[in-house]
Amino acid sequence: MMTLTKEKLTILREPDVIFFRNKAKEYAVKIGMSLVGQTKLITAASELVRNMLRYANGGEAILEIVVRNNIKGVRLTFADKGPGIKDVKQAMQDGFSTGKSLGLGLPGAKRLSNEFDLKSEVGKGTTVTIIRWKNGL
Amino acid sequence: MKSKTASFLKKNKKQLLEAWMHNQLADSTLRDDLITNEELGKQSEELLDSLLKALGSGEFNADSDVFQPVVDIISELSITRARQGFSPRETSLFVMSLKRAFYSIMDKEFANDPALLYQEAVIINNLLDTLSIITMETFIKGREEVILRQTDEINEISTPVIRVWDGILALPIIGTLDSARTQIVMENLLQMIVETGSRIAILDISGVPTVDSLVAQHLIKTVSATRLMGAECIISGIRAEIAQTIVHLGIDLSNINTKASLASALKLAFNMLGVEVRRGEKKSII
Repeated sequence: MMTLTKEKLTILREPDVIFFRNKAKEYAVKIGMSLVGQTKLITAASELVRNMLRYANGGEAILEIVVRNNIKGVRLTFADKGPGIKDVKQAMQDGFSTGKSLGLGLPGAKRLSNEFDLKSEVGKGTTVTIIRWKNGL
Repeated sequence: MKSKTASFLKKNKKQLLEAWMHNQLADSTLRDDLITNEELGKQSEELLDSLLKALGSGEFNADSDVFQPVVDIISELSITRARQGFSPRETSLFVMSLKRAFYSIMDKEFANDPALLYQEAVIINNLLDTLSIITMETFIKGREEVILRQTDEINEISTPVIRVWDGILALPIIGTLDSARTQIVMENLLQMIVETGSRIAILDISGVPTVDSLVAQHLIKTVSATRLMGAECIISGIRAEIAQTIVHLGIDLSNINTKASLASALKLAFNMLGVEVRRGEKKSII
């Protein structure tokens, strides 16, 4: 996999969510992703950025355009230095939330993206990486 | 030695003010459209008076209490200027140009003693630098207040509740639904339901760019609150890509009436109220 474009944004406040979402959309449009693909990517990004703000008081978000086997995609990385997730398996279940939300953020984001990776260490932070390919379902 | 400078400056107050005003008026960025020269002179004199008074105490640290009146005047001026539309450069120049006036006066007075001049200049420099920083800080704070007020205004404007028919309200939501806006939307809607005695409310989300789980949660809450008031809610304006996304996210909206367009939502609302709309005998005039 090769990275073509890369950008790093700091997420600290609620308005950053909208700014980041617009950036993600810009990237998706740039590689010619379909409208449904764009919407899925943006929604997944929205969930993950909100999680970062809510549970870790913000963090860093990285936008990348990547290429694999001649197919372009958008990779988003969300890294925070928050409390970490105790039970990742539980957190990935539909309807589980420690914060009174619907509990669909993480599992929903996974369903909305083509590739999903979550690494978390209690006390150190969480890093989530998602990819949506241009031709992804 | 410190009080020497202070008393000397006090003695030369008139010259100092003249030099300062000269500096301000000579600058190309002078905004005589926003502030009259007289007013500028008055503001300058007021600041200079309080500054010299504070200097008279022999204190040169801008953080100490004797400088509080000076800081107050500067803060107020900067905030006013931020609201009036001065640029940061124009605002900071107000204090910066005073520094130059100080230098030109001191240069003449201490011409024979460069060492003393340097020593005094450093003190004055530090003091005025601190005052400049305060100017910038309050200026930016003033601007931020303007932005916050505008955000509030946007929130107010963008959530109108429209009475489309007897007993039917429509609420077009534009932009992102965050917690604060949901609160406003809900309040407006519930109040209108009481006022008009409406039984159906249509929430149109055509203008909402992204429906994530938080937005969905807010929508569900609004629908529940409306139901508690005895009215029914229809959500319209669900675009194709949004529908697919909602399904993938796993949000369950199955117990809520949803429609793709406002027109079909209105049709459903007529149906629910038993209202019939049909073309009349009379020929259409357009």
